[in-house]
Amino acid sequence: MTYAKRVAVGLAALAFGAQGALAQDVTVGMITTLSGGGAGLGVDVRDGFQLALRKAGNENLRLVVEDDAQRPELAVQIAERMIQSERAQILTGIIWSNLAMAVVPSTVAQGVFYISPNAGPSALAGANCHQDYFNAAWQNDMLHEAAGQHANELGYENAFIMAPNYPAGTDALTGFKRFFEGELAGELYTQVGQTDYAAEIAQIRASGADSIFIFLPGGMGISFMRQYEQSGVDLPIISAGFSFDQDVLPAMGSAALGVINTSQWSPDLDNEANVAFVEAFREEYGRIPSLYASQGFDTANLILSAMDAADISDRDAFREALKAADFDSVRGEFRFADNHHPIQTVYVREVVEKDGELTNEIIGTAFEEHQDVYGDDCSM
Amino acid sequence: MSVALFAEQLLNGVQFGLMLFLMAAGLTLVFGVMGLINLAHGSLYMIGAFVCAAAAAAFGSFWLGLIAGLAAAAAAGALIELTVIRRLYDRDHLDQVLATFALILILSEGVRMIFGPFPLYLSVPDLLRGTVDLGITRYSLYRLALIGIGIAVAIGLWLLIAKTRLGIQIRAGESDREMIAALGVNIRWLYTVVFALGAALAGMAGALVGAIQSVQVGMGEPVLILAFVVIVIGGIGSIKGAMVGALLVGVIDTMGRFLLPRIFAAFLDPAQAMGVGAALASMLIYLLMALVLILRPRGLFPAHG
Amino acid sequence: MAEMRREWIVNAVLAMALLIVPLVALWINEPFYVTLATRVAILALAGVGLNLALGLGGMVSFGHAAYFGLGGYVAGIMAHHAFTGLPMWIGVTGSNQMLWIWLWAALLSGFLALIIGALSLRTSGIFFIMITLAFAQMIFYFTLSWPAYGGEDGLPIFVRNQFPGLNTMRPWDMFILSYGVLMLALVFFAMLRAARFGAALMAIRQNPDRAAAVGISPFGVKLAAFVLSGMITGLAGAMMADLTRFVSPAMIAWQMSGELIVIIILGGVGRLFGPVAGAAILVAFEVIFGGITEHWQFFLGLILLGVVLFARGGLIGLLAGRARHG
Repeated sequence: MTYAKRVAVGLAALAFGAQGALAQDVTVGMITTLSGGGAGLGVDVRDGFQLALRKAGNENLRLVVEDDAQRPELAVQIAERMIQSERAQILTGIIWSNLAMAVVPSTVAQGVFYISPNAGPSALAGANCHQDYFNAAWQNDMLHEAAGQHANELGYENAFIMAPNYPAGTDALTGFKRFFEGELAGELYTQVGQTDYAAEIAQIRASGADSIFIFLPGGMGISFMRQYEQSGVDLPIISAGFSFDQDVLPAMGSAALGVINTSQWSPDLDNEANVAFVEAFREEYGRIPSLYASQGFDTANLILSAMDAADISDRDAFREALKAADFDSVRGEFRFADNHHPIQTVYVREVVEKDGELTNEIIGTAFEEHQDVYGDDCSM
Repeated sequence: MSVALFAEQLLNGVQFGLMLFLMAAGLTLVFGVMGLINLAHGSLYMIGAFVCAAAAAAFGSFWLGLIAGLAAAAAAGALIELTVIRRLYDRDHLDQVLATFALILILSEGVRMIFGPFPLYLSVPDLLRGTVDLGITRYSLYRLALIGIGIAVAIGLWLLIAKTRLGIQIRAGESDREMIAALGVNIRWLYTVVFALGAALAGMAGALVGAIQSVQVGMGEPVLILAFVVIVIGGIGSIKGAMVGALLVGVIDTMGRFLLPRIFAAFLDPAQAMGVGAALASMLIYLLMALVLILRPRGLFPAHG
Repeated sequence: MAEMRREWIVNAVLAMALLIVPLVALWINEPFYVTLATRVAILALAGVGLNLALGLGGMVSFGHAAYFGLGGYVAGIMAHHAFTGLPMWIGVTGSNQMLWIWLWAALLSGFLALIIGALSLRTSGIFFIMITLAFAQMIFYFTLSWPAYGGEDGLPIFVRNQFPGLNTMRPWDMFILSYGVLMLALVFFAMLRAARFGAALMAIRQNPDRAAAVGISPFGVKLAAFVLSGMITGLAGAMMADLTRFVSPAMIAWQMSGELIVIIILGGVGRLFGPVAGAAILVAFEVIFGGITEHWQFFLGLILLGVVLFARGGLIGLLAGRARHG
């Protein structure tokens, strides 16, 4: 056994406090972002996933985690290693669409399952869908579509919309526009990783808009909200949950209060599985779980449910078991469409302060049983 | 497009330029006096922002945070100079690039080990919240304060270099390194002070900008690369060049992002115009730099020596 | 002379090791290490390109990722059009033949290097470093925001491009192909170094005034070396795209330029096999420490710092003594 391998196994053993590798083990390789600016998301997916394993106590699942540093070429290399050296039968963990596009097609082509806990690029939901690819989170457009839908209900008629100039950004604006029925006061693409939004805020001020839709994940959203708060512009903001979740809320502070955002999950979602999850996560890690943690948790439970129903060596049966999605999702109702992407309810949340901490609270429902539009292009 | 919007964008450009100046001044000073190229300057910016955020949270005061951030960046700068940088003065630029590149890796991961992977919270001080009416437009008070601080620091720096004993030594160091040793100046001490001064300016920029941006690992490198563009345009080693270059880059970048999509919208459909305009706007300052170098290969204000 | 001989022994050992490691890996059925060795070979090839400009010509380019990425995008875009059947421009169709793709990758990278080099070589020293960096950033932002070929999402190559007589989808075939190209590039580098061109280049690096006095045009020779350097790095980029079956702006990010310089330094500047040793160290470090700690970049920084401060000859300098190249 190589050094790297020994270490990986050691980590895996540590991860769920169980020793030894049995013959019928399922090896799950998790490639996720644990270093660099986007590390918060990967850490949450990993922590959520490991929490589910610990709660289930299933010793037949061996988890190997490695950091992709948000670099596509490194993710590809790790995927090859996990498949060829670790003999992983399932890969998961990737946060970013561009890394998913680099890894997923060749992974499923090699006969390895891939279960996405976060990224949902449209190509993989449509023309390039694959029987061994499952998305346990959402298709990228979904939450933005919900934001567009809810903007109608709020009576917004003249929205200013803005996203970074990259494919996930254009998808976000397309998704919003697909359901929004009002006029657009302006449409702006910003630079990826941009930190100063003064020029954009000035244009929003001058545009005569009645509302703003933004998709600015991670640090971009933090920067925008802080500057927006100081700008004196006071238009309501609506967004998808990615830009206003537990990973960025503490850093945004009061600037985020009252922002309406859409998500398939929320920490206050009232179902048995979720109440138990939120409590266990807080106890284990000392922070409120994020959307990403909930997705990591669900992904693990999805895999565990399939392992209970079928042996992974029988690929067809295992695939059917995954498709059945027979587990208690923390988001409540959950099932897969034919393109192996979720059909699910998307909620409307508001950023509130609870016990001195910023978090989200459900205030309504944007969609029930919502499905992405790309399924028609998928041959499954 | 109204006059008010145009004026506001111009102010935004100036504010952005002045923050770039704080970064570029340190870089160009260190190069001018010690002949050293320091890639880790962006890490000092990051340290300033992180320490400011942590201290502001601990003491409940942005201003204490700012002082702490400035001091921490200066201390980190002095420490780095004493342990690593001083071994690099006699080396070629390649070694300097490599060693300071290594410092970026160490400092970025080091900061993440200490402060964790999530962005930190840092807010604008209460005193500077809200907007002011400038007649033609309303403008963020904090940004206006940044413009004021930027100008004050620039004047302070000019006074320091033109009027004080330290300034004389710095100027002597820029023109003739052997001579100041002959004058009995402790060169080692001078170098450490200059480096710490540059670090403090970077840390100050990081802390000030951190209040309206995201305080996260890796925040320094995009600014660092812009600061390099600034000093290349201005002429490496020249403080005056850094000022002119910073304002040029700040204004052109802001105006490009604002105007280019509108110009393209005249003959392309809106969505396409936005994409093309944004793409071109992000390249604009590099095109400016290429243009300056074609016309004046040593920058607008070439430093002597 | 003894040191020269020692360097040749080190080189031979490195060349053999790079061949034997994947053979053993194949034998014990660990094909991942074949892929890893392929990655080393291709990164080393990119390093050979940079070594020509940096090691022989003393041109510290902090923007070689531009050529690496351009080569990658040539491979990606041609394969994309071959896959979809859509023409690239009027009448020009894509291709999935590596040789044809490599030709274009090298030519276009060379052309880009010609433009950037012609502008950048008007300056020197720190200006040159910064300008090459800025040009690479410009191209980086362009690929990031240009939507036609995926922007930040990058462009997948679903099926590896083909090479006559080999099945490139098999790890060993891909390795031996990369290894062969690397060896050819090393031979080319050695010949160039020994030829009048190489002598002129090194003379310019050591003393540009004297070189000009004996009738060598510093600008012309340096520009030629810079273009050749860009071509080799571009070729490596095209091969890397095929290895990972994916291209993205990350190939052009400034960290990539830094990594290429790191490869040269870790191995030994200007040494024939410096890039091979450097690439091997870097990849091994990434794999071993990446598995132990998520803070592996911290330790990479420490080691790099140690090499720059205390072991300036790099690995080959350490093993073969401090004989200065040329």
